[in-house]
Amino acid sequence: MIQVSGVAKSFRSNDVLRGVDLEVRDGETLTVIGGSGTGKSVLLKNMLGLLKPDRGEIRIDGTEITALDETELLHVQQKFGYLFQGAALFDSLTVEENVGFGLHNLTDFDAAKISARVRECLAMVGLKGIQNLKPAELSGGMKKRVGLARAIACQPQYIMYDEPTTGLDPIMADVINELILSLQKQLCVTSIVVTHDMKSAYKISNRIAMLYEGKIIFVGTPDQVRNTTNPVVHQFVEGLSHGPITVDIEKSFNFEDQS
Amino acid sequence: MRRISGRMFNKLGIQFLDFASMLGRVTQLIVQTSQWIARGAVDTRTTVQQMIEIGINSSPVIGLSSLFTGMVLALQTGASSRNIFNEPIYIGTVVGFSLVKELGPVLTAVVMAGRVGASIAAEIGTMKVTEQVDALYTLGTNPVRYLAVPRFIACGVMVPVLTIMANIVGIMGGLIVTMYRWDVPSSVYWEDILNFMMISDFMHGLIKSIFFGIIIVTTAVYQGFQCEGGAEGVGKSTTSAVMISMMLILISDYFLTALLVALRIG
Repeated sequence: MIQVSGVAKSFRSNDVLRGVDLEVRDGETLTVIGGSGTGKSVLLKNMLGLLKPDRGEIRIDGTEITALDETELLHVQQKFGYLFQGAALFDSLTVEENVGFGLHNLTDFDAAKISARVRECLAMVGLKGIQNLKPAELSGGMKKRVGLARAIACQPQYIMYDEPTTGLDPIMADVINELILSLQKQLCVTSIVVTHDMKSAYKISNRIAMLYEGKIIFVGTPDQVRNTTNPVVHQFVEGLSHGPITVDIEKSFNFEDQS
Repeated sequence: MRRISGRMFNKLGIQFLDFASMLGRVTQLIVQTSQWIARGAVDTRTTVQQMIEIGINSSPVIGLSSLFTGMVLALQTGASSRNIFNEPIYIGTVVGFSLVKELGPVLTAVVMAGRVGASIAAEIGTMKVTEQVDALYTLGTNPVRYLAVPRFIACGVMVPVLTIMANIVGIMGGLIVTMYRWDVPSSVYWEDILNFMMISDFMHGLIKSIFFGIIIVTTAVYQGFQCEGGAEGVGKSTTSAVMISMMLILISDYFLTALLVALRIG
């Protein structure tokens, strides 16, 4: 279980997170939605220990991670698989080396066992015979799938997906959604997804949380989100150009103009 | 007026804090890298790859630049000494001392800052902005260990090696001009070098080149890790890595020389 309490994070004068409280239950898929630049990825990176919060606590299976040293943190990070927004595949390595990278570092598998596990993971994401290609030779969708294979290779307890469908065509986006669902069934992992793609959020989530102005303002099931009366959540999920979010954006622009 | 000076102090204060924080981060990078090396946590394959990239692939450009530097030194020295003494004398001494103590280490370091410093900063910077550095953490790998350690070792070893090569090639360049332009026998050229030069003179240049290698790789790796903001950020980091290393090489050269002279090394 992941418990986030009162987490705040600023970059210079920009307060991105202003006291986030969130709980991710074991075995569920929780999706964090919110507009671009609201700090969804920052929240994920804080949960994983890639960024250190200015305030607040983050507990992973009861261990408070914000005060851990590098070695202890690395131990906690091994529980996670992470699919980065742009896949973040290592350019200089082949697909096989990319997927097997974590296995090489975190397990005592020999080369043959690593190679077999790489093939198995690539098959799980629907890819075959591309082990010797370099990331530059792959399409956007293939990169995401290789990134996903890399994320699951070490059999993590938690998988984090940062904008898994962004930049993909609708069909490929749905392929990725199906993959997330099937991996969820096969591996029974806890998943945290960050997205602003509502179609994807409704399809893959057990619960959806909305991040707005640095705080979680709503948590509920996809049905609760669909039927919410919260004006901010309603405007976001319906993609309306008029509503409280737009008013706040306009206010902030006016404020900047005056200053 | 008071408001302007207040703002100025505020700006200076922020710049001072930024500078202090940068020094802290650079020190942290050097300490962490040294700790990994001391623990023996070195990826041999990547280190050898980096040595080939940094050392062997840089040797043609270093060789060519030092060859012509040695040749031009011999040409200038021969011309000047002929004007003053009516014959070209002490060419070997001037070429040898200039190259071994000063031009060999500095020229090699400046070329390496441009070629290798830029390449390291751009590579790590690109990895940073495309989240590949974050990906390393999630795959149980410390980025300093994986990216900085091999490059530190490769630069720390290969910059001095290339400096020795530059000295040899430069002296050979000087020999060619001395023999064929000034008609001075090669034995005289070698005597001019060997009669005056001592091991400490050679060590003087070698010690400087080790420091220059560390300056190049520290600046480049630091700039790469600090890179932010996409392609523009990578460009800025690369330019900064080259400019800062070149400045640091030239400035530190004076202080290193003063220190080595005080210690009677060369």
